[in-house]
Amino acid sequence: MAEIEIRALRKAFDGAEVLKGVDLTIHDGEFISLVGPSGCGKSTLLRIIAGLEPQSSGEVRIDGVNADGVRPSARNLAMVFQSYALYPHLSVFDNIAVPLRMKRLSALERAPFLGRLMPGRRRAERVIRDDVERVAEQLEISPLLKRKPGQLSGGQRQRVAVGRAIVRQPRAFLFDEPLSNLDAKLRVHMRAEIAQLHRQLKTTFIYVTHDQAEAMTMSGRIAVMIGGELIQVGTPAAVYDDPHDIRVAEFVGTPKINVFPGRIRSDGRLEMLGHVLHVATPAPEGECRICVRPERIELALHGLLYGTVVHLENLGSEAFVHIGSAGTDAPVVARVNDPSQLPAIGATVGYGFAPEAVRAFDVDGKRIVTSVPSRVERPREKAVV
Amino acid sequence: MAPRVPARVLASFRRTGRSQAAYALAAPAFVLMLLMLIGPLAGVIALSFTDYQLGAPAFSWIGLSNYREMFADRVFWISLKNTLTYVAIVVPGAVALGLGVALLIQSGAGLKSWYRTVYFLPVMATLIAMAIVWEFMLHPQFGLVNGLLRAAGLQGHSWLQDRGTALYSLCVIGIWQATGFNMVLFLAGLVSIPKHLYDAAEIDGAEGAWSRFRLVTWPMLGPVTLFVVAISAIRSFQVFDTVQVLTKGGPSKSSEVLIYTMYTEGFEFFRSGYGAAVTVVFLAFVLLLTLLKSALGNREVHYA
Repeated sequence: MAEIEIRALRKAFDGAEVLKGVDLTIHDGEFISLVGPSGCGKSTLLRIIAGLEPQSSGEVRIDGVNADGVRPSARNLAMVFQSYALYPHLSVFDNIAVPLRMKRLSALERAPFLGRLMPGRRRAERVIRDDVERVAEQLEISPLLKRKPGQLSGGQRQRVAVGRAIVRQPRAFLFDEPLSNLDAKLRVHMRAEIAQLHRQLKTTFIYVTHDQAEAMTMSGRIAVMIGGELIQVGTPAAVYDDPHDIRVAEFVGTPKINVFPGRIRSDGRLEMLGHVLHVATPAPEGECRICVRPERIELALHGLLYGTVVHLENLGSEAFVHIGSAGTDAPVVARVNDPSQLPAIGATVGYGFAPEAVRAFDVDGKRIVTSVPSRVERPREKAVV
Repeated sequence: MAPRVPARVLASFRRTGRSQAAYALAAPAFVLMLLMLIGPLAGVIALSFTDYQLGAPAFSWIGLSNYREMFADRVFWISLKNTLTYVAIVVPGAVALGLGVALLIQSGAGLKSWYRTVYFLPVMATLIAMAIVWEFMLHPQFGLVNGLLRAAGLQGHSWLQDRGTALYSLCVIGIWQATGFNMVLFLAGLVSIPKHLYDAAEIDGAEGAWSRFRLVTWPMLGPVTLFVVAISAIRSFQVFDTVQVLTKGGPSKSSEVLIYTMYTEGFEFFRSGYGAAVTVVFLAFVLLLTLLKSALGNREVHYA
């Protein structure tokens, strides 16, 4: 159980700044995901928390104590690596037992032949065996204890790596993209297991991933990192629905949010592709970008805009229609909840969205406050907002 | 598209065609091996059952006489014992030093390639020339080694002329020569150890250099170590150059080794048959080492 505070953390490798001043407080017992595209510095941040990498400046406090100069194992954090990092020459049992042996046995007791003669070792080994077997049972890997990592499947190795982490009952768990080496089906399964594990252990979990779906589905809070900066921290719902930055809006959610070029008019209304939207903003006149999530785009015979269907993605339970239209660089993606009602490729369709669905960003990518003025004459006319 | 041929014809053609092609492709390697390795080997074994002398017009088969004579010969046993002593000293010495140097170079920050080059130089240098240099370094009167000892107030020694030290001096030269080669192999092995294993070891509490070495480095180097030990052992068995240049097996056979015995019997006394018998003993040891390596290799190698 630990609260971890990160204050003004910076890290540079050979002059290249990887972390540009990160501030984050991770509450005791919470499941937080650090998510961002590859190279955003999230793994570096995790390694600094673990103590595997020194920071250039700033500090990490664990339970209020500055962790500078505290060795990784003394921080009592457990880490699960992307590649599992199991010791290939040791059996599953020995792999899980390593952290316990390192902690509970003296160097002399660990020595290859001499160790057996030490008086306390027998008893310590018995306790270690009980602990390892208990963890193995919990993770359902008891039948595998005698095998070597090379004889295990990806999912089994993953469990062993988790077992090695939980056996020492650490103050917090650090996960570094632990599911990215698994196939898609197993990944979804392991997501649920890790979330379940968190509910069981009630310990702090810090989970690094580039997969926003993993972050959305498992964690209590998401911290979105882009380019070495923490852009937004919040619950999955808040980050998805209320992005503070266009990079967050574009990174979170699949398919990607639709981005339209827009303009703020002098009267405070938003204008898009020649249409004035029923959306007002106090922001000054100028260029802006108008974003709408695919599930908020609605197909209609008489829409606000028209385009040609260029591609269809039918997932069975839902479908995505890609509409190429003048004025937008990428095709506009719309979600259709009933895949039996799909237009044909090449057909011209109209589409629109409710004014509440608009998220607008200025030229720097910062969110613009928008509001939907109460409508008197035109109560329901979403197609011509 | 392939032309329309009945499947049965095609299949049978493929079968015979494939095996013929296979033989044809394997033939060059097979012929070369026959000419360069298997043929001479069979020749040496056959020669060891004859009384052939180098340059003699005829020979006769004498069965196991050469072996009987060899096993009764005191010099042969001294030679075998010296060779085994040499191997027993040079192999652990060169392997441990090679590993130590590789670990130091790997963990050091700067000058890595400089150190690599310095330690590898003895491997690249001509051993005969280096042996002559060693001869001067070990010279009793004006050698560098005795000079240093005298400067430190210690008694000098006739290293290569003393029965008690000649073989051990050769061992030192052998270690000096083999360390660089082993270092390069260990360096390659160290580079291939995944970095994340050290991270995991650090998290798991292996904090000292020794416990990290025991938990990660040593087991992960297992296959390389096995290879290095086998190669070092085979090369040590072949020790000849330094003996020929520095001691000629002396003084009074104290540094006589197998290959040197073979050389003197075969090319100085022209007793080719007897020399061949010594060679067969030498080959038996090399074969034993090779078998040992492959037997252990199948068990010890583990990859993630």
